[in-house]
Amino acid sequence: GGGSAEQLDALVKKDKVVVFLKGTPEQPQCGFSNAVVQILRLHGVRDYAAYNVLDDPELRQGIKDYSNWPTIPQVYLNGEFVGGCDILLQMHQNGDLVEELKKLGIHSALLDEKKDQDSK
Amino acid sequence: MLSGRLVPGLVSMAGRVCLSRGSAGSGAIGPVEAAIRTKLEQALSPEVLELRNESSGHAVPPGSETHFRVAVVSSRFEGLSPLQRHRLVHAALAEELAGPVHALAIQARTPAQWRENSQLDTSPPCLGGNKKALGTP
Repeated sequence: GGGSAEQLDALVKKDKVVVFLKGTPEQPQCGFSNAVVQILRLHGVRDYAAYNVLDDPELRQGIKDYSNWPTIPQVYLNGEFVGGCDILLQMHQNGDLVEELKKLGIHSALLDEKKDQDSK
Repeated sequence: MLSGRLVPGLVSMAGRVCLSRGSAGSGAIGPVEAAIRTKLEQALSPEVLELRNESSGHAVPPGSETHFRVAVVSSRFEGLSPLQRHRLVHAALAEELAGPVHALAIQARTPAQWRENSQLDTSPPCLGGNKKALGTP
């Protein structure tokens, strides 16, 4: 485990999409963390790093200190802190998430759905 | 097959919700709720401030003041990104967030945004937190 700033900096930069959750994507243990998992699932984002803060009290506090953000879940895109569940939901609703994922070279599944719908 | 809309029931968008003050089970406003309201009023001079104690929906004892949802409408949010807006709210409530408040759901809108959309979000159901050992299939 561990929550030093250097370690966390490396962790959030290691993958394009990094989330800190209570629980796991398979078994979230918090409704807000689950919302983050479901949003990523809707967009077809499969390759992302998920860290369970319930497993590691140092991580749980360390990531809050690192981002200067008091709650979990936390979402990082391209090494940059984006926000929690509320912000991710907002980005999902207003189309910003599709755009941000595109910048990372991730094609949102919702774009394909829309294409299917448009072509009917 | 999932549609483009968020999975129903995950986060439901409330219609025009009648929010009562003193939202904890007993109907009384606790000290934490009162402090949150005062500090946000002082920091943000909000046009609209809807504060809801959602602790009763989580795995905490009755009468807890640990989980809150707040909708704030303030011209102080003009020109600020969602992240900056949330950080303003956090800054006003630093003491509470370092203390009893464990979860804070935030909707931060400018007056113009609020006029466009005054729907209030509701929180997803609690999944037990670290108090519940979920059985694995």
